[in-house]
Amino acid sequence: MTKKLIVIGAGMASGRALEHLLAEDPSWDVTLFNAEPRGNYDRIMLSPVLAGDKTYQDIVIHDDDWYAENKVTCRFGEKIVSIDRAAKTVTADNGEVLAYDKLLFGTGSNPFIIPLPGHDLEGVIAYRDLEDTERMMSLQEGQKAVVIGGGLLGLEAAAGMALRGVDVTVVHIMGHLMERQLDEAAGYLLRKALTDKGITVKCSANSKEIVGEDGKVKALMLDDGTELPCDLLVMAVGIRPNVGLAQESNLAVGRGIQVDDQMVTSDENILAVGECVEHDGQVFGLVAPLYDQAKIVAKTLQGEDATYVQKSLSTKLKVTGCDLFSAGDFADGEGREDIVFRDPARGVYRRLVIEENKIIGAVFYGDTSDSAWFFGLLKDGTDISDMRDTLIFGPAYQGGAAADPMAAVAALPDDAEICGCNGISKGTIVEAINNGATDLAAIRATTKASASCGTCTGLVEQVLGATLGDDFVIPAAQSVCGCTDLSHEDVRRLIKSQELKSQAAVWQELGWTTPNGCHVCRPAINYYLLADWPVEYQDDPQSRFVNERKHANIQKDGTFSVVPRMWGGITTPNELRAIADAADKYNVPTVKVTGGQRIDLLGVKGEDLPAIWYDLNQAGMVSGHAYSKGLRTVKTCVGSDHCRFGTQDSTGLGVKLEKLLWGSWTPHKVKLGVSGCPRNCAEATCKDVGIVCVDSGYEVSVAGAAGMDVKETELLAKVPTEEEAIEVTTAFIQIYRENAKYLDRGYKWVAKVGLDWVKEQVVDDLEQRKALVDRFELSQSIYRKDPWAEHAQPEKARTYAPMADLTLEAAE
Amino acid sequence: MSWLDIGSLSDIPERGARIVKTAVGCVAVFRTAEDEVFATTDRCPHKGGPLSEGIVHGKSVTCPLHNWVFSLETGEAQGADDGHIRTYPVSVQDGRILMDVSDLSKLSAA
Repeated sequence: MTKKLIVIGAGMASGRALEHLLAEDPSWDVTLFNAEPRGNYDRIMLSPVLAGDKTYQDIVIHDDDWYAENKVTCRFGEKIVSIDRAAKTVTADNGEVLAYDKLLFGTGSNPFIIPLPGHDLEGVIAYRDLEDTERMMSLQEGQKAVVIGGGLLGLEAAAGMALRGVDVTVVHIMGHLMERQLDEAAGYLLRKALTDKGITVKCSANSKEIVGEDGKVKALMLDDGTELPCDLLVMAVGIRPNVGLAQESNLAVGRGIQVDDQMVTSDENILAVGECVEHDGQVFGLVAPLYDQAKIVAKTLQGEDATYVQKSLSTKLKVTGCDLFSAGDFADGEGREDIVFRDPARGVYRRLVIEENKIIGAVFYGDTSDSAWFFGLLKDGTDISDMRDTLIFGPAYQGGAAADPMAAVAALPDDAEICGCNGISKGTIVEAINNGATDLAAIRATTKASASCGTCTGLVEQVLGATLGDDFVIPAAQSVCGCTDLSHEDVRRLIKSQELKSQAAVWQELGWTTPNGCHVCRPAINYYLLADWPVEYQDDPQSRFVNERKHANIQKDGTFSVVPRMWGGITTPNELRAIADAADKYNVPTVKVTGGQRIDLLGVKGEDLPAIWYDLNQAGMVSGHAYSKGLRTVKTCVGSDHCRFGTQDSTGLGVKLEKLLWGSWTPHKVKLGVSGCPRNCAEATCKDVGIVCVDSGYEVSVAGAAGMDVKETELLAKVPTEEEAIEVTTAFIQIYRENAKYLDRGYKWVAKVGLDWVKEQVVDDLEQRKALVDRFELSQSIYRKDPWAEHAQPEKARTYAPMADLTLEAAE
Repeated sequence: MSWLDIGSLSDIPERGARIVKTAVGCVAVFRTAEDEVFATTDRCPHKGGPLSEGIVHGKSVTCPLHNWVFSLETGEAQGADDGHIRTYPVSVQDGRILMDVSDLSKLSAA
């Protein structure tokens, strides 16, 4: 007897199920309902349609002829409104009642629309079906589109529209693109490739509101106030299984319609397949598992035994020029190890996640040619212990050579600037080498590269090495740490010349061997990035030593010390009262006067920090940064205000300098002193910068020390006015910020580059001095602020407390 | 095993840590860049440094006092240093962090 099958939804999964079923038994009487006014087409290929590579006709899977041949009754553009499970009938939206023996749900999924204000405006669409695609294709060159969502679908939409000349911005809430499939390093490379295609990418961006005009979308507003004008707004933030009808019919529904291993729902005569399904807690969005399910559906309908088993999945992005692959699990779980390979020259990144000698996850970017081989190892659970050392190089490269430590420099383009002082590019150096300059001295003589401050010496040597090969032996420069072969100087130079503006960029472009550095390199890289790119780079607290993360000095017993700023060593009775009150209130065991003319509260408990800061803030005091590699104190004497020997207002100058310089981060701590006369009561001549006032003006000297080494400052310049003294001081600190190795005090750095070079830049070259002061001021526009005030805010203060207190739990 | 919800994954910064106070002392709960979560004692065996304040890199933490590095998975000191920190079972489910507190209560009862 002919059995009646009603199918709800003509998508790819139900379509495949029908193919299998009718191939085995053409006698089924099938009625196919579809809300969209068309049959089964290949939704995956909508992106190529958008990009103009294909037309709708190309992506139709089942055309009218197929349905006719297979005697499928098509009810396209019609919905099922209700199901009577007891009577085994469905009711269509025209009121017609149809009986079934078996019912198959293929209702697919609905795009998730974020309920932002304005989400219902005209011009706000999802990316799901042909209508959406056609809408995107209707945009003219030069019109603007915003895509919310930096996942697979959102990026394909963005790339397709960009190809049509549309000005596209992608807004993504997470820190990097495709965070579910990619790690940060691969996300960085992807972002770079998309930016090269002219797409603007905004990560860590929160959408706040969709702004409209006359009922039509006009712009997307972010919560930081940025307004992104657009003619079309595409939301591609995810899909939800379409379970409405199943729910109304009282089938078991979780995130999707729950099915067993035979794809049967909680009703034995009703099956489900595809994106509407939940199997073993999982829902599905990629096509491979849907096709597996379709096979099982056909078998089950035929009364044959079959069991659906979930398999490992892999993802590829269909955007030309962005070659990426991701499979398996590359996050979560203990006992896992990483193998990372980076080739900056080719923009290649490969990462394998290994557990118990098996590959369980893989992320590739730039070269996915071997991905099938790795995916095979992953799916089969092959034991890789024998090929572990060379595994990452792929099947053709077993037993290959180790990564080349000079790869990063060899990969630089000819116009990459190597010597910043003299503006010498790699090409110029290579040319000099080819003309017979075969050692460092000859390069310096012919090109001037590395002949000024000398911090690029390591890079010049690597260019020599890369050009001359074995004929040149590179003197061993000390690398930053075990994560790289490059020295601090090399890294600083490359961050500037290659415009590396994120940690991910440094790890990738400079071929780091660890996923995110270590406790040695990460604070240094964080400093270099924020010093060189103050506007573009955001300071990362998790890459800072505890003192700079918690804005207090950790003591040997785990308590902290708190030192409020006293500008130029000047305080008031009110400030002293507030300090005394705070010491009482928080049971501070030790109160000490410091060598930098301020007061240290020692022994404060970590969880009390935000509260004590709040109290001190209320009295007008801010952080003294006594914990930072940054501007510490400006020590002064009373100067001409009170002292009979004082020649200038040394206290006033000290206060001005401290108010100008505070909050700035530097390679190591920076201490200043200003003395009102050569008797030098402020001990200015053993500071990083010491100013001694004389009758005729100000002697600015630098590079002193009074620690492990004791060293008198050296005269940088003698200037007639206070204004000029401030300018020279600022320029010196900025050039130190821009060039010194992390954790080199000023005197160590000056010894390396020579005081003469510093004088040329800061004293003689007025244009350069002004540029340094301007760059310092730009950086200060971001960093001249009180971190205590920020951390005393409730949401930050919370992080100073334990996340849970189980001692209370036990007591209850 | 006795699993207790101690907070949300988002309570801990990526590559960072928070502490949980227990009857047997503070436990440091770490979150790596890959959103893996580990729990260990908060005390460095060297001079008692608070490990939760250290820099988290890969699956390791560096003690803020004297730069001892510990594997968060095994609790073993890395490199030349010789030492071990106690680790506690934790897992993440739907963004919530669950910690096995059976050991902690046993010790506190004793």
